[in-house]
Amino acid sequence: MKETTATEKLSQVLDTIPKLLLDHAKKRADRPANRLKDLGIWQTWTWSEVADEVRNLACGLSKIGFQRGDKLAVIGDNRPRLYWSMVAAQALGGIPVPLYQDSVAEEMVYVLENADVKYAIVQNQEQTDKLLEIKDRLPNLKHICYEEPRGMRDYTQDFIHYYKDIQKTGRDYHNENPDYFLQEIGKGQGSDISIFLYTSGTTGKPKGVVLTSDNLIITARNSIEFDNLTSEEEVLAYLPMAWVGDNIFSLAQAYVIGFCVNCPENPETVMTDLKEIGPTYYFAPPAIYETVLTKVMIRMEDASKIKRSMFKYFMDLAKSVGIRILDGKPVSFKERILYSIGQFLVYGPLKNNLGLSRTRLAYTAGEAIGPEIFEFFRSLGINIKQLYGQTEASVFICAQPDGQVKADTVGTAYPGVELRLADNNEVFYRSPGVFHSYYKNPESTAETKDAEGWVATGDAGFFDEDGHLKIIDRAKDVGRMSDGTMFAPKYIENKLKFFPFIKEAVAFGDEKEFTTAFICIDIEAVGNWAERKNLAYSGYTDLSARAEVYDLLQECVETVNADLARDEKLSGSQIKRFLLLHKELDADDGELTRTRKVRRRIVAEKYAVLISALDDPQQTHCEIDSQMTFEDGRTGMVHADLQIRESALAESQVHTLAA
Amino acid sequence: MESKFGDYLLSVDHISLSFGGVKALKDISFGIREKEVFAIIGPNGAGKTSMLNVINGFYHPQEGEITYKGVHRKQMKSHDAAVHGIARTFQNVALFKGMSTLDNIMTGRIIHMKRNLFWQAIYLGPARKEEMANREYVEDIIDFLEIQAIRRTPVGRLPYGLQKRVELGRALAMEPDLLLLDEPMAGMNIEEKQDMCRFVLDVNDQYGTTIALIEHDMSVVMDISDKVVVLDYGEKLAEGTPDEIRGNQTVIDAYLGVTTAN
Repeated sequence: MKETTATEKLSQVLDTIPKLLLDHAKKRADRPANRLKDLGIWQTWTWSEVADEVRNLACGLSKIGFQRGDKLAVIGDNRPRLYWSMVAAQALGGIPVPLYQDSVAEEMVYVLENADVKYAIVQNQEQTDKLLEIKDRLPNLKHICYEEPRGMRDYTQDFIHYYKDIQKTGRDYHNENPDYFLQEIGKGQGSDISIFLYTSGTTGKPKGVVLTSDNLIITARNSIEFDNLTSEEEVLAYLPMAWVGDNIFSLAQAYVIGFCVNCPENPETVMTDLKEIGPTYYFAPPAIYETVLTKVMIRMEDASKIKRSMFKYFMDLAKSVGIRILDGKPVSFKERILYSIGQFLVYGPLKNNLGLSRTRLAYTAGEAIGPEIFEFFRSLGINIKQLYGQTEASVFICAQPDGQVKADTVGTAYPGVELRLADNNEVFYRSPGVFHSYYKNPESTAETKDAEGWVATGDAGFFDEDGHLKIIDRAKDVGRMSDGTMFAPKYIENKLKFFPFIKEAVAFGDEKEFTTAFICIDIEAVGNWAERKNLAYSGYTDLSARAEVYDLLQECVETVNADLARDEKLSGSQIKRFLLLHKELDADDGELTRTRKVRRRIVAEKYAVLISALDDPQQTHCEIDSQMTFEDGRTGMVHADLQIRESALAESQVHTLAA
Repeated sequence: MESKFGDYLLSVDHISLSFGGVKALKDISFGIREKEVFAIIGPNGAGKTSMLNVINGFYHPQEGEITYKGVHRKQMKSHDAAVHGIARTFQNVALFKGMSTLDNIMTGRIIHMKRNLFWQAIYLGPARKEEMANREYVEDIIDFLEIQAIRRTPVGRLPYGLQKRVELGRALAMEPDLLLLDEPMAGMNIEEKQDMCRFVLDVNDQYGTTIALIEHDMSVVMDISDKVVVLDYGEKLAEGTPDEIRGNQTVIDAYLGVTTAN
């Protein structure tokens, strides 16, 4: 009796994850909360079982000294027990700190030290070994608890504990002090610190983003409303637990609305598990969608002729019809009949094979997604949308509302989010998800977030005619042309690179009268094209100098120009003159970073002759000698005479529309 | 250290084997203790594989005696070897290429299935229960060898290193007391070798299985074995711990060769 009244009191304000857990344990006790494939069989835990597991763990942790405010590192693949660890820490007023499981020990030192981690719950022997390797340098780290006992028999140190042993002592403790767990949860409130998430830190040391319960829960509530999520959703948790997205998609949203989170057997089985679970709601970075599309296309190449032509016919149909159906636009009766035949013959089996049969909603984010990838999934009837977010915002800043999805925008401001653009087009936002601070780093906090709660994203963007935000580049890379037009090199280059014929592109326009570009052809794609055209060529340099190839690429450039013309702000930065480089940009020549990003400054220095030739409207070609590193490491000089092409500029359509 | 090993699980005494006029093994004697990792090394044609074949009853020696689990035999019979817990993998992978990983490993359980064909065909009650228990055992092995991702893949489509791992899985499914591994690391890259070493040691440690293996990679042999016997032209050159073998002049001359300064 006493217990129910205590629970009732708690459930009045569901402002922390542990409180939500207790609520679900009561309201949907027998509904599945977590699944994990173990020994080839999906094991299920209901909400009431999860509540027991979390309680036993929390009580066990408190028995070995865990106190309010203590930090608990969580390291491993997506596992129900690791998610429970985070909730258990929160129940005790502690702070979970998930780490990237594939970091090497050295990389973990900084985070563990910076976060004052005292306890760690890790997946297996591998992670335990990493912590033991660096434990000498971490005086704060007191206890390590492992989840999988395999190989752990000889670890007899008294600070190493087995997860289930901790739970066992916790169960005994709970039997002696039945009120303890509820009391501890009762002490928590929405403004409490809920989690530390370390940003990967491409520049400098990682920063610990401090998020409160309110940040996560209010954001999750808004997103559930925005996308009409229900307790019937099934998601597959396969992205790193240390990433903010996983904490929203697999933890906060699941605990707010009460859907089931499935964990794959291991990282290699994700594709199989995806097929078995058939998630209704799915997140993946663009690269994953791209891999899926490539795989499908390659498999289709090997299929029989009948299948191939059937696939081609129905995919072409889907491109015009499927997207309109998805966006709720009118479709003729005949098209509808044909689409449902396609559904039966092609789309259904294909989606089933990809594990996307039941997928109602799919998100992608992180980087630009190619329009053809986007189109492919949407034409199959999968509502794939883009969102724009940051750890500092508890993910959501912008997202595309249903029916208003475009490949090149990130959508409109998310519910509860205010947006503003600075003079240099940098995007600022303010929302309920805005982070508390960077842990132990007030300078960075002050640099990023002002007194009124506006956060600088560091990204430049603008709103298109429908009020959708377009992210174009990092704010510091955006320049101005001599007439004041905004010049966003990466935006233009990405548009070029979406063409399969273009491997790399470098655009120049900052403080210039017009935009020019270097283009490197993709030897495979263009080579294939040349073969089909019966065009003989001797190598890269020869192929890229062909007039036919220039014609082909000019078409691409002009398509991009037409695209740019649609944006009032970018219309002035259309590419006026371009050339095809005689060699591929290469990391060995210092032109690219090892992760294949263009080193703009070095390219500009090395090819200064070419750039000035491009800038001078009189010149139609330019000779260059450049150094080149061959595959075997020898270097040599290459001489080439490069054509310069003028491309047609498109009329700015915005103006005509406005007129 | 001695305490880790138990009594002799298997010993061979004065084994001689010949094919017509060719003497494959001449008067070989050694013993393998329980829980030991026992390596047989030697140059090509030394008789290593013949020795394994004698142990699991595929070849029948003309002379000598085999003592396994305290029972003296003139020769082993293949079926006896299997029933009494001797499992092996082969130098050239010998799996059912068209069957999945799971099914291949399941075949290793046949020896533990008591129901006859009739029961298995109607698949009711006891047969089903038995299948479930065996499947669970197999899933444990799949988990142990970390091959969940290829559970349903036909083994013919797998790379060589993984096929070797599946073959080890099938041998483990027999719950062997003595596991014979014929060149488990042949044709593998460094990473695959490291994985395989870890699995061999884990099998030895976790299941307490005695292991006899043939291997050419000396660093592997010296790292993981407790005892090594060296064969050359069918004769036993030496027997001892890895350190003793490394220092044995006869072995160096015949097989190991002289290590250069670095």
